[in-house]
Amino acid sequence: MKQFDYVRPATVAEAIAAAAQPGATYLAAGTNLLDLMKGNISRPDRLVDVTHLDGLDGIETLADGSVRIGALVSNADLAHDAGFAKAYPAVAEALLSGASAQLRNAATVGGNLLQRTRCAYFYDTASRCNKREAGSGCDARDGENRTHAVLGWSENCIATNPSDFCVPLVALDAIVEIEGRNGRREITLDELHRLPGNTPERESALEPGDLIVAVRLPPAARGFAAHARYLKVRERTSYAFAIVSAAAALRIENGKVAEARLALGGVAAKPWRARAAEDVLRGVAPTAGVFQEAAWRALTDAKPSGDNAYKIELARRIVVRALILAAAGTPARIAALPASPFASTSGAIHA
Amino acid sequence: MPELNLTSAPAHLRHGSSIGQPLTRRDGVLKVKGQATYAADNHPPGMLFAVMAVSGIAHGRVTSLDVAAAKRHPGVVDVMTPDHKPQLAIDPEIKTNPFVFRMEVLQSNEVRYANQPIAVVIAETLEAATEGAVLLAPRYEELPALVGVDAGASFVPPVVGVGNPTENHRGDVEAGLASADKQIDAIYETPPQYHNAMEPHAIVAHWDGDGVQIDMPTQGLMLSLARVAELFGIAHDKIHIRSPFLGGGFGSKGLMAGPPVLGLMAAKLVGRPVKLVLRREQMYGPVGHRAPTRQRLRIGADGEGRLTALDHHARTVSSTFDDFYEPAADASHTLYAAPAIRTSHDAVRVNTGTPLFMRAPGEATGSIALESAIDEMAWACGMDPLAFRLKNYAEVEPITGKPFSSKALRACYDQGAARFGWAKRLLQPRQMRDDSGLLVGWGMGTATFPALMFQAQARAVIRRDGAGVMEIGAHDMGQGAWTALAQIAADAVGLDIDRVEFKAGTSDLPDAGIAGGSAHTATAGAAIHSAGAAVIAKLADLATNDERSPLFGAGNAGVIARDGRLIRRDDESRSESYAEILARAGVAEVEARGTGAPNPAAMEEYAMHAHGAVFAEVKVDPELGQIRVTRMVGAFAAGRIVNPHLVKSQLFGGMIWGMSFALHEEAITDRRSGRIMNANLGEYHIPVNADVPPLDVITVEEHDPHVNALGIKGVGEIGITGSAGAVANAVWHATGVRVRRFPIRIEELLTQR
Ligand SMILES: Cc1cc2nc3c(=O)[nH]c(=O)nc-3n(C[C@H](O)[C@H](O)[C@H](O)COP(=O)(O)OP(=O)(O)OC[C@H]3O[C@@H](n4cnc5c(N)ncnc54)[C@H](O)[C@@H]3O)c2cc1C
Ligand code: SF4
Repeated sequence: MKQFDYVRPATVAEAIAAAAQPGATYLAAGTNLLDLMKGNISRPDRLVDVTHLDGLDGIETLADGSVRIGALVSNADLAHDAGFAKAYPAVAEALLSGASAQLRNAATVGGNLLQRTRCAYFYDTASRCNKREAGSGCDARDGENRTHAVLGWSENCIATNPSDFCVPLVALDAIVEIEGRNGRREITLDELHRLPGNTPERESALEPGDLIVAVRLPPAARGFAAHARYLKVRERTSYAFAIVSAAAALRIENGKVAEARLALGGVAAKPWRARAAEDVLRGVAPTAGVFQEAAWRALTDAKPSGDNAYKIELARRIVVRALILAAAGTPARIAALPASPFASTSGAIHA
Repeated sequence: MPELNLTSAPAHLRHGSSIGQPLTRRDGVLKVKGQATYAADNHPPGMLFAVMAVSGIAHGRVTSLDVAAAKRHPGVVDVMTPDHKPQLAIDPEIKTNPFVFRMEVLQSNEVRYANQPIAVVIAETLEAATEGAVLLAPRYEELPALVGVDAGASFVPPVVGVGNPTENHRGDVEAGLASADKQIDAIYETPPQYHNAMEPHAIVAHWDGDGVQIDMPTQGLMLSLARVAELFGIAHDKIHIRSPFLGGGFGSKGLMAGPPVLGLMAAKLVGRPVKLVLRREQMYGPVGHRAPTRQRLRIGADGEGRLTALDHHARTVSSTFDDFYEPAADASHTLYAAPAIRTSHDAVRVNTGTPLFMRAPGEATGSIALESAIDEMAWACGMDPLAFRLKNYAEVEPITGKPFSSKALRACYDQGAARFGWAKRLLQPRQMRDDSGLLVGWGMGTATFPALMFQAQARAVIRRDGAGVMEIGAHDMGQGAWTALAQIAADAVGLDIDRVEFKAGTSDLPDAGIAGGSAHTATAGAAIHSAGAAVIAKLADLATNDERSPLFGAGNAGVIARDGRLIRRDDESRSESYAEILARAGVAEVEARGTGAPNPAAMEEYAMHAHGAVFAEVKVDPELGQIRVTRMVGAFAAGRIVNPHLVKSQLFGGMIWGMSFALHEEAITDRRSGRIMNANLGEYHIPVNADVPPLDVITVEEHDPHVNALGIKGVGEIGITGSAGAVANAVWHATGVRVRRFPIRIEELLTQR
C-alpha cells in the first residue's frame, strides 16, 4: 500500500486546512475510500480523518420544522432513528436497502453522499477510465455496460452514481451544508453531483478542502410522510447495488395529488430528479394511467449507453410501481426487506 | 502446530456405533473461537511477506518491470522476476502425469492470461510488499486476446474431464429424432465461474537446509508433495505439508497451482520463511475456474412421452497452453432412458488461466442444460415434469446398459414431491400468483453424481491402555472430515469416538488420496475401515491363540470388537478388553495398515451413482423481473449416511450453489481485453442470506452392497446438480419465459408483462 500521512484534526477549521493541501482526502468510515486505496484507484498522500470531529453526529429538528443531519451520523443510526424514519420514511427505506448491516453501521452520511461510482472499469486500474485518469478514455463505453447510465451520460463517461440514500434526498429537496476555505455555504443536493460532460473526473461541486458538515431536509419534506416509498430492483435480494431504483413521494389532498416528488437511482451520474414527471402528477387523481404517463415523462430523454436499453423500460416500470406503492400509503413499519419488490411476500397461493 | 484440541465427546454422543450419528463437527468450537490454525495463520520467526504482481493484459509479453523502484521502497527485501529467481529442477511445462497442470512461475516474460503472476515482491511487511508490486509498473507488448466460446477455430479434444471419452453414443440418434413426434432443439449457455473459496490460496514456506516445511491448504496432500518434490528436486521425506483446515477448496486446491510454488521459490530466494496469500482478485486466473459452455440439446419423444433420442453437444474452452475440458455433455449418460443417446464435445482455446474441476465439474454445467431441456420436452408433450421423468426412468444406465449398483431415485421423487406438495402444481406456466400478486413457479430437476473411489491408506493402532489411534492424511475442507472419518475410525476399531485419537491433515500420515470427486469419505473411510479390521484381527490373534484368554480357541467362531472389548461371536458372555489382551501379551501396541481402492470387478458390472430429486419454488415480480427462490426441497439417495448432520449441510450447500448457478454466478469477462470485470465478492454475486429460502433435505434410505465396503456414495457435489435446473424451470413456470442463458437476468424477464 502506498504510504500516506494520517491526520486527525481537532476542529473543522483544522480539518479544512489539512484537506485543502494537494493530495489530501477526507476519511470518514472508509468503507469506500479504503477499498479504493487497497485497489490503487485512489492514492492519497494524506488522509484527514474527520470521524473524531465534535458536533457532526447529531440529528436535530430545527425551529422551522426542518431536520439537520450531521455528516458523521451513521447510515444505520439515521435509518433507525424512530422520529426520522416516521417523518421521512422513503429515506429510511433507501438507507436500509443499501449495502449490508455491517457497512451501514460504519458508513456515514457524508461518505454516502460522496461514494464513488461502481463502474467496473473505474475500479480496474488496467482499464482506461476518464474519471480515474482524465483524458485516458472510457473502456466502459464499448465494454460490459449493461448496468451503466441511460440518462445524462456523455461519450466521456457513462457511469452511474450508486447511492440509494441520495435518491429520496434529492426528491425531497435536501440541502447540503458545506464548510470550506471561504467559510460556510449551502447547495441543494441536486447541485452536489455533476453530470460527466467533458470532465467526468470532476464529480461534485466541492472544492479542495470542502467538508460536508450536514444535510438538511426543508420543512416541506415532512409533508410527504404519509405517501413515500423507495423501490430498488437488484440482482439478489439484498447486498447489491440498484440496477434501477426510484423514490416516490406524494402529498395527497382530497383525493388529488397536491404535490409529487420523484427521483431515480442507478440511471445517471447523479441521483436523477424527474421534475417533468412531477408536473404530470400535480393536481390530478392518483391513477395507474397518470402514473404511466409520468413514467414516460421521466424517461423521455433516456437513451442506452450500451447494452442497457432494458434499463429504460425497467425504470418506467419502477416509477409506476413506486408511485402505486406511495399512493397506497406508507406502511406502518418498514418491511423486513426494505425497498424490495419482495417486501410484502407471504405464502404462495394459487391464482 | 499445537496439537488439535478437537471436541472428543460431543454432549449428544450416543455410545456404541458411531456411524450414522448426527454428531456436530468436532472442530466447531475451535473454529468459532478463532483457534483453528489455517495456513496463513502461521508466522514462523523471521517470516517475510510475498505479494504477486499480476498481468494487466491477457496476451502478450512483459517488456519492462521497474524493479529498482520497487526495491527502493522501504521494507522491500527482494523482487523475484524471470531474470532473478531460484532454478527449478524440472521445467514446469512438462506434464509428468495427467494430474500435473502447467503453471506460471516466472519461467518467461510471456503472458497467457489476465491476472497471471509476472513478479513477486518480498518485503518485511505486507504493506511494503503490496506497494512494491504496484511500483513495478509493468509495461507490455500486447497481442489480441482470445475471449469467449467463439474465440477461434474449434477442435475436438482427445478427452474431457479426467480421461473421459470426448464422444459417446448408443443407438441411432438421428433415426430416433426422425421418428419422434415431438422434438426439442435448444441451446443453453453457462458462464465462467470461479471457486471463490472463502479462504484464499495461501502458503507459508519455510526452508530448512534442503528440507521444507509448508503450511498450505490442499485437497491433495500427496499430489502436492510429489509436485513440490519434482519441481524442487528434493526427496519426499524432506517435505512436510500441514493442511489441517481448508476454508473451502471446491476443486481449486486439489492440485498444486503456480502461486504456492512462487511462495516456495520466494522463500528459497531470500533464505527466510515467506508467506504468500492471494488477494481475492488474484484468484481469478492462476488457480482454476469452471469453463463457460454452450450446449445444444436435441431431444425426441414419441406420442406417449417416451424419449426416442437424446443428443447433447457441449462447446467449452480451455487455455492456450493446457488442457482441461468441462465434460458437460456427460451429464446425459445416466438419467433418462432414451434408446439412442449421443454426447459430444468440442472446444476453443482462449486467453484464460486453465479451467479446472469446480464442484461437480461437467455435472453442474451439463445438469442445468439437460434438466431445462427435459422440462421443455415435458411441456412439449403436455406432461407434468415429474410424470415425464418417471416415464423415462432409467432402470439400467442408458449409455452402457449396465445395472445400477443401487438406485433409490424413485423414492427420492416420491418423498421429495410429497414434501413439496408437487401434486398441486398447475401444468401451464404463469398461472400461479401469491396474495401480493407475485408470479409463483414450481420447477424440478433430477440430481445425479457418480459414486467414485480413489486410492487411500490408513494406519490403525491399539495402544496398551486400550485406546486407539487412526492415522490418515485426510483433508477437512470444511465438510467435516475431522468428524465423519473419526466416526468411521471409531467403529473400525470398536471403540467410542472419544477413545480414538484421529490424526489427519499432514503429509507424514498415510496417503488419503485426493479430497475430490465426492469420494473422500468413501475412499478414506474404506482405508480406515480396512486398517481397523486389520488391527482388530491382530488383536484377536493375540487373544484367541493364548490359552489364558477367555477367547482362546474362538478363532473359528470369530470375535467382534465392541466398546474396547473383543467378544466371542457365538457366546457374548466371553470377552476381554483390548488393554487386558495387550498387557498379558506384553506388547506396547498392535498396529496395522489398510487400504481403500475401487473394486474393478464391481465397476465393470455395475453403474454406480448417487441420485436425487430437487423441487424449487420461485417468485418473480411480473413487471420488474426480480426473482426470489422461496422454497426448496431436495431428496437424495447416496448410499450410507455416515453423519446425517454433516450430510445435510453438504446438501444444503450444494442446493444453494445450484440456485446460485441459475440466478447469480458469473464472471463478467471484458470481450476485448479478456479481463474479469467483477473479480471481487461485492460484484461476483453468490446468494446472500436473504436469497436463501427455507431448505428441506431428505436423505432417502439406500443400501448399496457394491460401491465399497461401507456402502458410501458421497454427497459433496450432487446437491448442485438438479437444483440449478429446478430453479431455472421454476422461473419458466412462473413467467412462461424460457431463459437458456445462465444466470437468468432481469432483462430477460421484461419481455412480457
Ligand atoms: C460491498 C459494498 C456494498 C455496498 N452497497 C451499497 C448499496 O447497495 N447502496 C448504497 O447506497 N451504498 C452501498 N455501498 C456504499 C456505502 O454506502 C458507502 O461505502 C458508504 O456510504 C461510504 O461512507 P463512509 O463513511 O465509509 O465514506 P468513506 O469511504 O470514508 O468516504 C467516501 C468518500 O467521501 C468523502 N467524504 C466522506 N465524508 C466526507 C465529508 N463529510 N465531507 C467531504 N467528503 C467526505 C471521502 O473523502 C471519500 O472520497 C456499498 C459498499 C460496499 C463496500
Ligand atoms: S464510464 Fe466513467 S467511470 Fe466508467 S470507465 Fe468510463 S469514464 Fe471511467
